[in-house]
Amino acid sequence: MKLLTGNDLPTGDVIWWTGSGWSRHVTDAADVGSEGEALGKLEEAARRVNGPYVIEATLTPDGPRPAHIKDRVRALGPTVRMDLTLAPEASPQVVL
Amino acid sequence: MYQYDTYDQSIVDARVEEFRDQVKRRLAGEITEDQFKPLRLMNGLYLQLHAYMLRVAVPYGTLSGKQMHMLAHVARKYDRGYGHFTTRQNIQFNWIKLDQAPDILAELATVEMHAIQTSGNCIRNISSDQFAGAAADEVTDPRPWAELLRQWSTFHPEFTYLPRKFKIAVIGADEDRAAMRLHDIGIQLLTRDGRLGAKIYVGGGMGRTPFVAPEIKDFVTADDLMSYLEACLRVYNRYGRRDNIYKARIKILIHEIGAAEYARQVEEEFAHVKTLGIDPPLAELERISAFFAPPAFDADAPDTIDRSDPDFAVWVDQNVRPHKQPGYAIVTISLKPTEGIPGDASADQLDVMADLGTRYSFDELRVTHAQNIVLPHVRKADLYAVWQALDAAGLATANLDLIGDIIACPGLDYCALANARSIPVAQKIANRFADLGRQRELGELKLKISGCINACGHHHAGHIGILGVDKKGIENYQLSLGGSGAEDASIAKITGPGFDEDGIVDAVETVTNVYLERREAGERFLDTYRRVGMEPFKVALYG
Repeated sequence: MKLLTGNDLPTGDVIWWTGSGWSRHVTDAADVGSEGEALGKLEEAARRVNGPYVIEATLTPDGPRPAHIKDRVRALGPTVRMDLTLAPEASPQVVL
Repeated sequence: MYQYDTYDQSIVDARVEEFRDQVKRRLAGEITEDQFKPLRLMNGLYLQLHAYMLRVAVPYGTLSGKQMHMLAHVARKYDRGYGHFTTRQNIQFNWIKLDQAPDILAELATVEMHAIQTSGNCIRNISSDQFAGAAADEVTDPRPWAELLRQWSTFHPEFTYLPRKFKIAVIGADEDRAAMRLHDIGIQLLTRDGRLGAKIYVGGGMGRTPFVAPEIKDFVTADDLMSYLEACLRVYNRYGRRDNIYKARIKILIHEIGAAEYARQVEEEFAHVKTLGIDPPLAELERISAFFAPPAFDADAPDTIDRSDPDFAVWVDQNVRPHKQPGYAIVTISLKPTEGIPGDASADQLDVMADLGTRYSFDELRVTHAQNIVLPHVRKADLYAVWQALDAAGLATANLDLIGDIIACPGLDYCALANARSIPVAQKIANRFADLGRQRELGELKLKISGCINACGHHHAGHIGILGVDKKGIENYQLSLGGSGAEDASIAKITGPGFDEDGIVDAVETVTNVYLERREAGERFLDTYRRVGMEPFKVALYG
């Protein structure tokens, strides 16, 4: 599957396209198929996202999992400060 | 310490308001990200993996207590309660919001701080010796010259759009504590025949093509120094490769045309620049130098240290260095606790260090390129009280220059450019060598880790260097040996195939075991490596 991601303009937060809007949780992300790039341009023009781009992911029982480690770290937060991530109780292995 | 005059303050204040307007226009959609990005970068604001990151300049690594308190305030009010000191003696905040960035800069400006020229293809923050004005081996204090360079390079109209970023270091001692020869320009102040001047090195750097800077000029008198540097920059600005970002640094220009030819062109340009009269009048140099006059040392300060507390004695042996003033010492606060993140300090720790600097070090603190903090002027009689306060704040780790004193870039945990994580590797190595006695048995051993080829973690200059790479989506770590950022500067060599995250920790231990087997009396790791060469290490690592 393909996910559309970027950053929220005023806060810089990592955000994911849900199919109808943006979420800070990758688990809410929707498969954008081949529409991601065009959608990203429209959303960026409306200033609802900054620097949108499309990534590869796989669908797991826990939700979409970005294919590349960099996007997995983006999705959750720094593995060395789990207290600052979106899953403060999780182990860094969840990211990796 | 230098204090802003009305010119300094007004340009910083004006820049804050200019940036406030730029942010407002960006948020209102009046300018695009492509238009805004170079503007925010000129104010130190990056967009990293998780959020905006603000890099605040600490000119030549020097801070007052009030400034350090302000950093704590920024960490607490605008970030997530901590900051990260960098290998360029700056500090970064990792969780900044764009709409709050102008307010942060406005607050910083109230204590004479800013984020100007901490990014972009301009002359970056001038770096220097963290022991400046205190070191027993100092020939002359480099800070007045570093400040002069700061003023010269700030908003220099000709050098705002160089082919690539440009880093300058200035030192005033034979011992190089600033990795001077790994800068675009390295300046070593010295005296010759009673005259102050400088030896000039140009074309050093790390990144994907590391070089130790060759000597370009044996001696430039202080009277000519600024003109000479202007000529160095002009030749680069004219001929540096703007067509290829990977070949745009001055080190590539010098490598391609040769140091001698570059020096010849600089001399030619210098002859012209000297007619322009840009060297400062003596009165201006004296005005700046007056800010760096020695503090009011107590001439009767006792020159002995009560070492009866064994833990304190170990810390003194490891983290305290001689001061030029009898009765005083230089304290380095290690930001490398075993379980910690190299260079990180919490807001509370920043406040503790600020208070200690104010109370015990004439209100001065320094940031080191090794991501530690220095209290430059501490009475020996006060060392025990300082140590106790540091210990209570988790800041008394006695590992300066040992294997636990690891330089590590933020890596893939924070940085958008990184290919692999640096910090977890640093933590695993620090854990493996957690026994301080074992660390001290190994002696001076500088281990440096970068999470990508840009080498912010100085891995090329590590006695042991580690570079994280992306191997088909998996983190992999290359090991290199024999680098140095000191006066014996050298570039480390790769041992062979890389290792996974656990394998690199084992590999480091293997390498230290070879050193222990092979070393001769008095040898550091680097000395043994240079004597025996790579082969025994390779055999131990790969068979």
